[in-house]
Amino acid sequence: MTSGGLIERLRTGLWKDNPGLVQLLGLCPLLAVTTTTINGVGLGIATLLVLTCSNALVSATRRWIRQEIRIPIYVLIIASLVTCVELIFKAWFPSLDRSLGIFIPLIVTNCAIVARAEIFASRNTIGASIVDGLGMGAGFAALLIALGVFRELVGQASILGFSFAESGFLLAILPPGAFFALALAVALKNRIDRKPGR
Amino acid sequence: MSDQSIIKTGLTLAMIAAICTALVALTFQATRERIAANEKALLEQSLQPALAGTFYDSGVSESRLVLPPPHGLPGNDPAVIYRVFAEGEPVAALFAVTARDGFSGPIRILVGIDVDGMVTGVRILQHRETPGLGDKIESARSNWVFQFDGRSMGDPVATGWAIEIDGGEFDQLTGASVTPRAIIKAIRDTLIYFETHQDAIFLSESSGEDK
Repeated sequence: MTSGGLIERLRTGLWKDNPGLVQLLGLCPLLAVTTTTINGVGLGIATLLVLTCSNALVSATRRWIRQEIRIPIYVLIIASLVTCVELIFKAWFPSLDRSLGIFIPLIVTNCAIVARAEIFASRNTIGASIVDGLGMGAGFAALLIALGVFRELVGQASILGFSFAESGFLLAILPPGAFFALALAVALKNRIDRKPGR
Repeated sequence: MSDQSIIKTGLTLAMIAAICTALVALTFQATRERIAANEKALLEQSLQPALAGTFYDSGVSESRLVLPPPHGLPGNDPAVIYRVFAEGEPVAALFAVTARDGFSGPIRILVGIDVDGMVTGVRILQHRETPGLGDKIESARSNWVFQFDGRSMGDPVATGWAIEIDGGEFDQLTGASVTPRAIIKAIRDTLIYFETHQDAIFLSESSGEDK
């Protein structure tokens, strides 16, 4: 892949086709865990890891996978990777694992991952698939972190657990706040994209 | 698909399954000891605050007693009791029990009671109460859970073990009364259980695998 294509691929995942902002995929974990910055960072990194590895594995095995069994194989690969990431989190980041709880295992059900396997990794080289996974994963992680920072800031008046005011605007950390924050992020992206000259 | 291609496809599937299983097994082996150590450290660390002001021998997590339901303690999942000793003499017991009637699902709480029947501390182990309202039961978020320290069955009497709006002696939480109600009831029931079963608790052999 040329370096221009590489940058373009990263840009696609991070901005143009951002899995959360544009494709609106994987919204369940996105909305559920982004109550704090650190949760956003944790789930973002975990998803990035799984997505990149699953893209690499799906791409590596694409020549001997028959059309009829591709879905069970994606499920197998993704489920195994998620289990490994969960064990790694439990061993080295136990407190993060506790605060993310069920949402680490639930990465399995993140449709953004299976979508990249089906749309991209099953038709492209390993290198391109890894770059695609990195771009899409980073795009998803960036959105998780942005929402986490925003909701923690507004909802708890704190940042990374250091609070600077007595209490925040509670709604932001309740489920409706997640939808409002996501809607704001999507609107902001569309606003920037519509500016002339882009 | 012809017979042959079905076999071939099946073999591919089996091979990938084997590779994935190997990957998970390797990761499991590599992380097992660390995870077990983390869990034990977390357990000892989480038990300690419910024993505030008590001197005791180390290794509390090894003196555990697992009671399968029905056990007479709050909750219908297994209750765990840790016996606390100081120089071999019983000084307190910790109860990990479940308040079933929380606002969103069961609340797992830890109640420490000394041999005189006085609460040494209460901590919330696990809950899914509303952020910003019901989650004030966590010791990190408010002082609510400290109001039980030093109280016992008789201080107040059974009817006083309720929130103020129900005619009891304990504070409720603004915007959340279901959560405190559930926890206070669980503490009261645990105290009553301790009164009647105290001797048996300290005489029983430890049970359950050491985690």
